[in-house]
Amino acid sequence: MSPLDAKLLRDLWRMKGQVAAIAAVLAVSVMLLVMMRGLVVTLTETRDAYYERYRLAEVFAPVARAPERLVDRLAAIPGVASAQGRVTGRALIDVAGMALPVQAQAVSLPGAGEAALNDIFLTDGRRPAPERAEEILLLESFAEAHGLRPGDSIEATMNGRRHAFRITGLALAPEFIYTTAPGEMVPDAARFGVIWMGRDALAAAYDMRGAFNEALMTLTRDARPEAVLAAADRLLAPWGGRGAYARDDLPSDIFVSEEIDGLRAVSVAVPPIFLAVVAFLTYIVIGRMVQSEREEIGLLKAFGYTGREVAGHYLKFVLVIGALGAALGCVLGIIAGRWTVDIYQQFYKFPFLVFRLDYAAFAIAVIFALLAAATGALFVLRKVFALAPAEAMRPPAPPDYSRASRIGGRAARLLDQPTRMVIRRVTRQPWRMAGAAVGIACGFALSAAMLTVMAGFVRTVDMTFDLTDRSDVSVTFTHAVGARTLHEIARLPGVQRVEGVRHVPVIFRAGRKTHQGALTALPRNPALFRALDARTAPLALPQDGVLLSRTLASILDLSAGDTLTVEVREGAQPVLRLPVAGVAETLLGAPAYMELAALNRALGEPGRVSGAHLMVDEAQAEALFADLESRPAVAGIGRKQAARDSLVEMMNQGVGMQRFVMGGIAFVIAFGIVYNAARIAFAERARDLASLRVLGFTTGEAGFVLLGELAVVTLAAIPLGALMAWYLAHAIAAGFASEIYQIPVVFDPASFGIAALVILGAALFSGWLVRRDLARADLVAALKTRD
Amino acid sequence: MRHPAFVTEGLTRVYGEGHAAVHALRGVDLTIPEGELVVLLGPSGSGKSTLLNIIGGLDRATEGSARFRGQELTTMSDAALTRYRRDHVGFVFQFYNLMPSLTARENVELVTEIAANPMDPGEALALVGLGERADHFPAQLSGGEQQRVAIARAVAKQPDVLFCDEPTGALDSKTGRAVLGVLSDVNAELGSTVLMVTHAAATAAMAHRVIHFADGRIREVVENATRLPAEEIEW
Repeated sequence: MSPLDAKLLRDLWRMKGQVAAIAAVLAVSVMLLVMMRGLVVTLTETRDAYYERYRLAEVFAPVARAPERLVDRLAAIPGVASAQGRVTGRALIDVAGMALPVQAQAVSLPGAGEAALNDIFLTDGRRPAPERAEEILLLESFAEAHGLRPGDSIEATMNGRRHAFRITGLALAPEFIYTTAPGEMVPDAARFGVIWMGRDALAAAYDMRGAFNEALMTLTRDARPEAVLAAADRLLAPWGGRGAYARDDLPSDIFVSEEIDGLRAVSVAVPPIFLAVVAFLTYIVIGRMVQSEREEIGLLKAFGYTGREVAGHYLKFVLVIGALGAALGCVLGIIAGRWTVDIYQQFYKFPFLVFRLDYAAFAIAVIFALLAAATGALFVLRKVFALAPAEAMRPPAPPDYSRASRIGGRAARLLDQPTRMVIRRVTRQPWRMAGAAVGIACGFALSAAMLTVMAGFVRTVDMTFDLTDRSDVSVTFTHAVGARTLHEIARLPGVQRVEGVRHVPVIFRAGRKTHQGALTALPRNPALFRALDARTAPLALPQDGVLLSRTLASILDLSAGDTLTVEVREGAQPVLRLPVAGVAETLLGAPAYMELAALNRALGEPGRVSGAHLMVDEAQAEALFADLESRPAVAGIGRKQAARDSLVEMMNQGVGMQRFVMGGIAFVIAFGIVYNAARIAFAERARDLASLRVLGFTTGEAGFVLLGELAVVTLAAIPLGALMAWYLAHAIAAGFASEIYQIPVVFDPASFGIAALVILGAALFSGWLVRRDLARADLVAALKTRD
Repeated sequence: MRHPAFVTEGLTRVYGEGHAAVHALRGVDLTIPEGELVVLLGPSGSGKSTLLNIIGGLDRATEGSARFRGQELTTMSDAALTRYRRDHVGFVFQFYNLMPSLTARENVELVTEIAANPMDPGEALALVGLGERADHFPAQLSGGEQQRVAIARAVAKQPDVLFCDEPTGALDSKTGRAVLGVLSDVNAELGSTVLMVTHAAATAAMAHRVIHFADGRIREVVENATRLPAEEIEW
């Protein structure tokens, strides 16, 4: 090994603390990049392969009831490659041990053959025999959650009639990768099921013999999807078409795609921040190293080493750190990726999900890690070139403090000499100190911003489940029912309050923007489910016009006073022109609210509701649920608490886990910066401090000179970091936000307080490490050094 | 007289400007023959180290010329000076300037690695009597031992010229004599021209030629008719 390389290795070992701190920050950014890009590749490729292999339809067209012969006309639409009809319906499954019947979707199995659309992936058992009406398949996750196996029997209510079924197998399907109970955001395997059964049996249950209520289509390569949707709508309109939609509006696909987009956005936005921190750290560490080794640099040059060779030596030093960080990051990235994939499997039902590396991300991560490390060093290495050998051989002149602040008059009497040393040092090198303060502020900002975003998540949950929805239970009806049903429910024992609601599927249009969604119609002054303004005060529903959620308003680019077109996809399918009466704050979904009576007027169906919010007496809940379930009009019953628990669980375990990972990363960065700043201050002042000790100052007093400086810089960093955190929190929240949920950024004193404690903790720990070295320092050796 | 290794004419070095200007060299004319052991004597600030730095390729003259084997040094580019130091020059400093993170042998290898015609590092260390301690770090060596490593490092490349700035300045008399003995051997056995800056006037007795400096000028040049061996020098 060349002697310079031997020096390199020993230097790395000598500075292992700093090397580890930088490599850790680097590893973290590489880890994020490798993990997230890998997840993007994994999810995208698995999803696409799954869709293709099981022939997921590209267009879905729900309809009230269309004759089978219409399928051929759908298939003849230009751009449609193939079309099939099927029967789907809502069902309730009785499960032992559950107070509430579980909501389920019943789907007719595609006929056998290559071309069957929306095929299933059988994980256990066999397909039902076509002639046996009682045989069904169950969604695997649902069956597992309830311990159901092929051969078991279950009972389910379909269209108000009870049926006994026998399970012949378990299955997955690409249209049910992400499944939630209707109206919920978060999957809960136990509370939503899918039943597949023979077409004839299902058609009998839902009065669909010779008919279908959902058309599935695939497209030719040159198809124009909008034109196909419009043509399908025209064709199905006389039969109660509810609005055809493309695959990317399929709820399951929306969730999967939003997740992929979110990962991609974070993988692009976050690692550069860490890499900038790494560049900054290598800058200060190498800067200090070159400063203290100027003699050795001069010597090497005196021997005839070129500037390039000497600079190369220091560059190698940072490249080794870069390589260490990158290697560690790649390993951690793979581990974290595999671990995250395991978590994803709880939420996304893929037949297989194996973490795949994005080799490009690997290369990009390693290159950027090395570049980040080298960038910081390159600023310093110019000095190596500039250093004349003879000059390097002379000790540097003592730093000139003559221009530092003069301390006179009263201040002089108040400040002792060590305090003056601290003040002069801080004021003499203001840019250097500012650099350290900015670095620490970055660490603070990252911690505070991540904590603020976490607090935002909690706020989303609270706002949605405490303020917007104050009911205990929501009931969905199989179809829009009259007010009499509400009155009956109100009289049931245990029901304290009932409020009707009507959801109708619609297409919103404003100019060229459209959104497939639903109108939520509520009583004029609702008490159980309310639209809220930005200050969380309830909004009265306008006599005419709609209240848009902020998300929907931004999708459609509308504000109060504008007008939008609402195409109702139910009943008479009227097209409404409605003024936007206001914008409501909602953090989940993208709803639009309307007054119930106004909507019913527009539909020409007075007094109808499609669901109800209930406030109930918990003691009588079980009997109440049993009663509700027995009513043919009831399609589903949902408990708010269960929905809330699922959401919190997802936030804590699943994707939300990223918040904790990021919080940990913020600490690593904060500590990396603070520790390096302390280390360097110590190295630069070892001689001064030894002199103080020789003069009779105690370790504590000498430590004050050193740590005082660190304290000043840290305290200056906190307000700066708070400001940066505020903007960073908005940026991160915007990055996480999706059509599914938004994260409000609200000043959260606890977040900033905890972040400040983290930074102070990192500073104290660093200070303690350095002070320990100070106590151990060999005074004579420190004084003899010519530095 | 042998071929001159160095010839300087009107060599001047001024540090700083205006009132703060320091005239380290005020026009030095000098010829140093190949293969001699030359001692430069004079009080602090008399210009002897400055001369050494300029003709060693570490520093640049403000005015005048300095030639090594007929090649002008004062107009050379940085790269050419680096080349010059790498190919022809060895240095020994008062404070040894060893790399603390390298062992004695590795410190020597630092130079042999980039030299055109180096001797074996072990051999160089043996030459200064440190063959046994090759794997010790500088912190584990005494001052005299460290200086001998520095000399081994300087001579290992078999330089044409060896510059020594106060090589015995930090050493006691016994160690100092031993170090001088090594330098004398290098001069005699390798044929290197040796230029040694020193405060110790007694050292002059071992030189071929003694140059006395004062106020940035040469006051006197003395050629010794007879030379004392290093071990007989009075300290």
